[in-house]
Amino acid sequence: MAEPLDDYIDAVSKALALPVEEAWRPAVRANLEVSLRLARLVDEFALPDETEPAPIFTA
Amino acid sequence: MTSMPEMTAAEIASAVAGRRMSALDATEAALSRIKQHDGILNSFTDVTAERARAKARAIDADIAAGKEVGPLAGVPFAVKNLFDVAGLSTRAGSKINRDLAPAKRDATLIERMEAAGGVLVGALNMGEYAYDFTGENVHDGPSRNPHDTARMTGGSSGGSGSAVGGALVPIALGSDTNGSIRVPSSFCGIFGLKPTYGRLSRARSFPFVASLDHLGPFARSAADLALAYDAMQGPDAEDSACTTRGLEPTLPLIANPVSDLRIAIAGGYFQKNVFPEAVEAVSRVAKALGATKVVDVPEAARARAAAYVITTTEGASLHLDRLRKRPNDFDPAVRDRLIAGAMVPAPMVDRAQKFRRWYRAQLAEIFKTVDVLLAPATPCTAPKLGQVNFNLDGVELPVRANIGIHTQPISFIGLPVVAVPVPLEPLPIGVQIIAAPWREDIALRVAYALEKMGVATAPAPRGF
Repeated sequence: MAEPLDDYIDAVSKALALPVEEAWRPAVRANLEVSLRLARLVDEFALPDETEPAPIFTA
Repeated sequence: MTSMPEMTAAEIASAVAGRRMSALDATEAALSRIKQHDGILNSFTDVTAERARAKARAIDADIAAGKEVGPLAGVPFAVKNLFDVAGLSTRAGSKINRDLAPAKRDATLIERMEAAGGVLVGALNMGEYAYDFTGENVHDGPSRNPHDTARMTGGSSGGSGSAVGGALVPIALGSDTNGSIRVPSSFCGIFGLKPTYGRLSRARSFPFVASLDHLGPFARSAADLALAYDAMQGPDAEDSACTTRGLEPTLPLIANPVSDLRIAIAGGYFQKNVFPEAVEAVSRVAKALGATKVVDVPEAARARAAAYVITTTEGASLHLDRLRKRPNDFDPAVRDRLIAGAMVPAPMVDRAQKFRRWYRAQLAEIFKTVDVLLAPATPCTAPKLGQVNFNLDGVELPVRANIGIHTQPISFIGLPVVAVPVPLEPLPIGVQIIAAPWREDIALRVAYALEKMGVATAPAPRGF
């Protein structure tokens, strides 16, 4: 049975022209699950609309 | 005279400048120790013996001619192999980068170390592309812990930890994106400085995550850390993130008392998911410093999560073309993490960067009322090489994912940290001395005080 993220992995792999061989898929999926779980933790935190990102960080 | 492996960098420099030892003798002693022990430690990937001898002879000639020599005269040092070393391909722990043309010029920090009299003796093993907390490397083999060679050095600056912990060299340089200086310092029982983000130039080093990458030194004493750090400070137009602040020397201040500092223990997140040895190490340090106040760092778990997201996505972006063209030449574990990173939706990354701004403001508030925060450097002492899980309070947790949980929320906002080694038995473990931005002097001062009190010390290697 296909895993829930498999369609997404296939679509992004195609869009980015980034190969994902079948043998790698379980590890890629497991890593993506961790990344998305942590990203959701950040996503859940409400921030004011005015918040600026800090991509180049100045301490 | 103390024998070479036990001499600090400051003692070597003093002996060389005072003509009690030649720079060439100091260099030969390091080369000999590397030859004798690195077959076991596997910390070096390149030994630049002829270059080192030439540099040492030049220093000795300057001394003979009565010329001034720098504060690191004749001090052997080595660098993680993501620093450009003229004549070597900058492999950054990878197979792929070995195909790059040899570097034409040294990294800025090597130039500054050598301008102060340091003698580069080689390049050091590391986790592939620095995406690692273990010190293991599928291409070059693992660097090994000098206190127990069946155990990890920690990564990704594993060779740096092993070489200094094993007393092959008194000083090494490494990089720290999420903990890669502080983790090997902890596992290998040495001092490590991750300066403020932007403090030290990263010019001509191979990047990982531009908005999180820092470079810094490892040493066997706090004063040696300050000595190397001071020699490397200063603006550099070739690193766009490098500060324009002038030199702020720390060595002259390092012996100042610490009694006036407001020192607190980081609570909440930093007291969870730790083994008893990490609790014991923080407790010893806090007791020695008279620190009893516990300060909660708000949303540290989310900060760690945001650092993870930024790391995996920026790392994926850096390596995207290599992932397309040479996926089978990566360490499979690194490749699969990076591919997953390329698939994280863009708004998640933007939100992580916005959260970073918010979190930085929270820490700035904390540093209005404290000067130093204490936290574990790692949740445990060095795990066994190849170990996949550890058991904490009855729960099986993956080793790799949990080694850096206490370092990530700190480097996320670029705070300066000295990792100090607490010599527990049977293995040492580190504690983070965290200061406000640009206050490396305070973190080094506290590290020095702990060393003088005998609470922090780099244990003699005994694993080989």
